[in-house]
Amino acid sequence: MTSTGVSASDSLPGPDGSKPEGDNASTGRLGDRIFGGTATFAGLSVIAIVVLIGAFLVVQALPALTSNNANFLTSRDWQTSDPMRFGVLELLWTTVSTSLVALIIAVPFSVAIALFLTQYAPAWLARPAAALVDLLAAVPSIVYGLWGSIIVAPKIVPLQNFLQDYLGWLPIFKPVAGISNGATIFFVGIVLAIMILPIITALSREVFAQTPAAHKDAATALGATKWEMIRTAVLPFGKPGVISAAMLGLGRALGETIAVLYIISTLPGGTAWTWSLFNGGSTFASKIAADAAELTPGKSTGAYIAAGLVLFVLTFIVNAIARVIIERRKAFTE
Amino acid sequence: MSTEVSAAERPLRGSGRELRGRSESASRKLRNTLATIVMWGAFLVALIPLIWIMWTVLSKGFSTMLDIVWWQKDQSGVGAAGFDKMIRGARHAIVGTLLMSIATSIIAVPLAVFTAIYLVEYGRGKLARAISFMVDILSGVPSIVAALFIYAVWVTTFGWRLMPVACSLALALLMIPVVTRSTEEMLKLVPNELRDASYALGVPKWKTIVKVVLPTSFSGILTGVLLGFARVAGETAPLLLLANYTPFLQQNLFSGNGMAALPTLINANVQFMSADKISADRVWGAACTLILIVLAINLLGRLVGRFTKVKN
Amino acid sequence: MGKRIDVQDLHVYYGSFLAVEGVSMTIEPRSVTAFIGPSGCGKSTFLKTLNRMHEVTPGGRVEGKVLLDDEDLYGANVDPVAVRRTVGMVFQRPNPFPTMSIADNVTAGLRLNGVKDKKVLAEKAEKSLRGANLWDEVKDRLNKPGAGLSGGQQQRLCIARAIAVEPQVLLMDEPCSALDPISTGKVEDLIEELKDDYTVVIVTHNMQQAARVSDKTAFFNLKETGKPGHLIEMDDTQKIFNNPSERATEDYISGRFG
Repeated sequence: MTSTGVSASDSLPGPDGSKPEGDNASTGRLGDRIFGGTATFAGLSVIAIVVLIGAFLVVQALPALTSNNANFLTSRDWQTSDPMRFGVLELLWTTVSTSLVALIIAVPFSVAIALFLTQYAPAWLARPAAALVDLLAAVPSIVYGLWGSIIVAPKIVPLQNFLQDYLGWLPIFKPVAGISNGATIFFVGIVLAIMILPIITALSREVFAQTPAAHKDAATALGATKWEMIRTAVLPFGKPGVISAAMLGLGRALGETIAVLYIISTLPGGTAWTWSLFNGGSTFASKIAADAAELTPGKSTGAYIAAGLVLFVLTFIVNAIARVIIERRKAFTE
Repeated sequence: MSTEVSAAERPLRGSGRELRGRSESASRKLRNTLATIVMWGAFLVALIPLIWIMWTVLSKGFSTMLDIVWWQKDQSGVGAAGFDKMIRGARHAIVGTLLMSIATSIIAVPLAVFTAIYLVEYGRGKLARAISFMVDILSGVPSIVAALFIYAVWVTTFGWRLMPVACSLALALLMIPVVTRSTEEMLKLVPNELRDASYALGVPKWKTIVKVVLPTSFSGILTGVLLGFARVAGETAPLLLLANYTPFLQQNLFSGNGMAALPTLINANVQFMSADKISADRVWGAACTLILIVLAINLLGRLVGRFTKVKN
Repeated sequence: MGKRIDVQDLHVYYGSFLAVEGVSMTIEPRSVTAFIGPSGCGKSTFLKTLNRMHEVTPGGRVEGKVLLDDEDLYGANVDPVAVRRTVGMVFQRPNPFPTMSIADNVTAGLRLNGVKDKKVLAEKAEKSLRGANLWDEVKDRLNKPGAGLSGGQQQRLCIARAIAVEPQVLLMDEPCSALDPISTGKVEDLIEELKDDYTVVIVTHNMQQAARVSDKTAFFNLKETGKPGHLIEMDDTQKIFNNPSERATEDYISGRFG
């Protein structure tokens, strides 16, 4: 972009032409200096915010972490009054397992819906149908929580029983006593799947729609059926986009708070460990929110801040991966 | 399809190879049909939760909303669950939700729009990439973490009392990336030819941005703002940490007496709803009000987007 | 109005890439000068340096001098914004501002530079639209958006917008390449009239157009692909088209390449 040179200036400037960035269009004028300075300051403050979030969480978690009598990463205890014994193992398991269940359900659905919206839906239906799916993203998460915990949870029990009866020999489908009415990791995963479905669908839709017509025509001209055309042209082209969309959806699921809090059944301390998805538990977010009313400035809050820090790091990594995949794809297609 | 298969099976003069070719094409067709059914099915299945949620909320909450008291009164004089036989109003929560969301927009929109202007009109090189990366990271920060951060700054570090504006700050962290990204997209859609035309008239860059680029993309930017507004209006987690629920109408964003919002009105009643019909009515009424407000703003945003001057 | 342009040994760079090499020429006031040459020969790039529009592209810069009646456009204290008010430009594709009405489009340069007086603006709008031969076609719908006009009308609207700020020089970068023949004819007639008041420089791919509208013609070319563009020769249009001094010019004019 730096040395576009002659050809760029003599050819038709397309709508995708380079932006006049870093140019001399702004001069030493006062107005330009103030305006450009404000814009730069705003951009820098976004960096500052993210850095400050990390810094404050680390600094405020440290006192609690240093007086912790348990291993922060491997302990299942959550005792925040002296003597402090707290660890995130169980929170981490519940957070990750609910989110993975969500992802496993949501990704195939989202890809199929995105393909429907871009390749199958008749022209008159495509736009309103896409808007309907987008509406799912507009539903507040507290409404998902109410609907899930009160309306759907009792109805999910037969499905859970079915899985327990036929697949109960798998550790993840083992029955767990004392968790009633679908207040389980499994069901939270289903609700989270519905919540992240519109996010993954929207982004997948975007990349599928960008499949070059030439790729599609080439496949069709070889006598491919529509499905074969999709498998050979659309899906390979959209794969990186779908993966990064899935990562963004995962990030959203990891941090979801109120829906999880309303649905899942918390476990009393000292409950035996199980890998079963039919167990209850707490995620990082639901744990912090559940005890929000009891937060007081002091060392005990540090334990929650430490938990929040782990969640922040998790989502940071997941979102960064999504970003890197998108960047690579851009570099590849441009 | 079946006739084709049977035709293929008829041993006419064709070689075995041809026969296999035909049945192969039949199975290809079958797979193609199956794929079509799966795609349609996936879409229809996705509509089930949407319809189910809307039906649940409307059927359980709409009648509560029809009572004028719901809009006029707050929850003053609310009694213990099971003994209090009046639903009362949600005015305090509706006002609180709107006030906090407006304050959030006032904080977030200027910062987000200027960041987008930086990214599109000024930025290049490493700094712009770093800022763009951080916008993505910020958009992935869970609301509970944003709330915890503000708590760590506001309460733990400075020792200030919690006030509604602290909650707006946390919500602003969630709104900034939404508005930045949408504004960025809109500014990118403004053709460079318009910028060139303005520069060639001897208009300085900042005036070109303010008077040509921003007006051209205005409705698109407004769409992003409204979608961001709808998102923060429906947020709950930061409210739990930073906005103390109060049953009284409270309009001061800087007061230490707390401020209600629709999600916290729900949260204050949700634990009683299985045993107490009145609490349940309040919960569903508030949920219905919340979802209608959020959807209305969301749809308004999409409608505004239709009037955009920049075409893709 | 209308100033002389004197270019002395001008090199145009984008970053480290030399796009146009060593151009020197004099453009007489109140005349039409056409730049012709094959694609990529740097004629549009060079045109942009006459009002410093190349600086809008990242890394765009020049070495050398461009004098406008003895004032160096690249002098130390010269404000590029002020240069662009003196040297106006019309682009390849009509680019009216979509948010503004026809009248507001014409007076955009004035309004954005602080003129607020409604009467002055209205007078200016009429004068400029008349100057661009558009007044009769749009006088009844001055408050309608400019985007509703035909392509040719839009381009004349852009010319009206450019002359409304009363420049000394008018640069036109292939102003007819997006227009149909009838609209092209109208714009060419307009260029003919504009030279009474302005120094007009036009880049064109269309040699007949250069022959029709210009007094002088400059032929640009590349030595070879990847090498910078440069000025081959500049002379009276009659001479360039009938009896050019350079072989390359003759080859190009007669259609042997380019």
